[in-house]
Amino acid sequence: MEKEKVIDVQELYAGFDDRVVLKNVSFSAYKGEVTVVLGGSGSGKTTLFRHLLGLIPILRGSVSVLGRDVATLREVEQLELYLQMGVFYQSGALLSSLTVAENVALPLVQHTRMPPPLIDEIVRMKLGLVNLSHAYHQYPAELSGGMVKRVALARAIAMDPPLLFCDEPGAGLDPVSLESLDRLLLNLKEQLGISVLLVTHEVNSIMRVADRVVFLDEGVVAFEGSLKDALHVDHPAVKAFFSVLKTEHLKEILD
Amino acid sequence: MADVPMKNNNNTKEICAGNTVVGRLEGNTLRLSEVLTINEASGFTRNFLRCVRSAATKSLVVDLADVEQIDSAGVMALFYLEKKLQENGTKVEFTGGSDAVLEKIQLFYPEATAEVKPPPQKGLFESVGGGVHRFFSEYVFEFLLLASNIFYWGIVDLFRPGIRRKGEFVNQAVLIGVNAVLIIVFLSFVIGYVIALHSAGQLRTFGANIFVVDLVVFSIMSQMGPLITAILVAGRSGSSIAAEIATMKVTAELDALKTMGLNPNRFVVVPKLYACMFTMPFLIVFANVSGITGGGLAAYLYLDISPEVFINRMTDIMMSKDLFTALVKSQVAASLIVLTGSFYGFRVEKGAEGVGKVTTLAVVVAITLVIIADSILGVVFY
Repeated sequence: MEKEKVIDVQELYAGFDDRVVLKNVSFSAYKGEVTVVLGGSGSGKTTLFRHLLGLIPILRGSVSVLGRDVATLREVEQLELYLQMGVFYQSGALLSSLTVAENVALPLVQHTRMPPPLIDEIVRMKLGLVNLSHAYHQYPAELSGGMVKRVALARAIAMDPPLLFCDEPGAGLDPVSLESLDRLLLNLKEQLGISVLLVTHEVNSIMRVADRVVFLDEGVVAFEGSLKDALHVDHPAVKAFFSVLKTEHLKEILD
Repeated sequence: MADVPMKNNNNTKEICAGNTVVGRLEGNTLRLSEVLTINEASGFTRNFLRCVRSAATKSLVVDLADVEQIDSAGVMALFYLEKKLQENGTKVEFTGGSDAVLEKIQLFYPEATAEVKPPPQKGLFESVGGGVHRFFSEYVFEFLLLASNIFYWGIVDLFRPGIRRKGEFVNQAVLIGVNAVLIIVFLSFVIGYVIALHSAGQLRTFGANIFVVDLVVFSIMSQMGPLITAILVAGRSGSSIAAEIATMKVTAELDALKTMGLNPNRFVVVPKLYACMFTMPFLIVFANVSGITGGGLAAYLYLDISPEVFINRMTDIMMSKDLFTALVKSQVAASLIVLTGSFYGFRVEKGAEGVGKVTTLAVVVAITLVIIADSILGVVFY
């Protein structure tokens, strides 16, 4: 059975001024899967991420998200597209002038006509999902880094988007928090059937959540395929990346 | 003990760093001792160069056989020496050395650095022309684009109050308007007072005491009031708007808004625009009242014009046109301040340093534009 593509990137080139960051990048992500884009620092992950969101103009190639070509969208269409995706930024990017609850409620208040008490209930539920009910009235500046990330995730899933983008959710998190974050992602995937595009280089996190792996190396796709295949691939950069895993951990996964 | 650069005996020179001997120079062979770390590196390079310069050899062999301990600073010291000597035409060779030491050297030793070509120089015409073109395409055009977008959303927002952020307008009105009242009242009082004070002497000479009222009222109502208000608001709020938006951009808050389907112009800038346009006329009224009061006080103290006479004369000469002018000026200034602030805020690049830069630019440009607009409107409404 042919799986439905949620993201399709074809021959994408990107760069700043005369520095080329992405060279001929093509890959796809499928519905109901966690696709991990990984690669070392400076491999173009974040640039690719911003392209997928349509935040920077595309030089060459095409990016289509949920069946729509990002480059040719009119403003209204882009807005419709944005409403179908949740985005989780590396820094959290919570609005510092709003409380945690207001941050999570923001897309709901702005884009739906739900009555305020209902929105409030939804906000409490989403905050409960990320174990942060107690932070309801606090401002982002009063939270720890890990808490900010969890609030950001709650906000990203506030509208129940079918597609969730996460930019390095693990950066700066302790392993335990990271694991609970990963479990949450898996739950969302299994229970809500949402597709996730994850940009990260946390190997442990990848092992837990990835269905599909896209490996970027200096702006080129070095490998695309399932996680298991990725572990056997011969490309030097991919090998070096996964070699940091302990062998027993590897075995466990492969069995 | 003194720092002895070298000891000379039987053609062997000892190179010291502090009290330790780092190497021995025999003929054109440098035999390094056991330790070359960050502690010895500076003394070693300095003394060694002095030593070699006097010897003036054509080639040098560095013997690493005795070296046991070397760190990155040591390796870099060797690299630096090799480079220096090669500049003088001296060939340098390394011999000996245990595996561990060679490994370390290989790890730290920099590859020959590639020549960095300076960017090609632009001709005079090219740079002038490019600058003018950039000014129009990147500044004027972008500014107008942003302005049209913000005004568009400003008008749309007027008719769709449902999607407005609750409380944001009041919030911004307090920040931009109410908090500025005290400083504006104080400054215009002082300026009104000083205008009357300085003209008092001149007017008294001609016996034209009563005209101080005309002078104060005209200058405050048509020029000083709106201008002082605009400059103060530009300084206070133009900077804060630029800094706020720039910070939001740097921390990806703007991206977050965009991907939530919220237009940053509508969401962030429009409430500020409303607040500024709404409060500015009131601020100007405050400035006018307090400026004229200051002038009246000076007139009373130095020209013996009683408050009754002052007020009578004032009501005779005041024109409603001045109020209208002030209103137009206030709206133009408010738009310019908010637009410049947000324009530079959106243009921020490169993190925290960029935020400071665009904030400064926003204030300078906002004040300049406000003064230019004020002068143009002054001529138009003369």
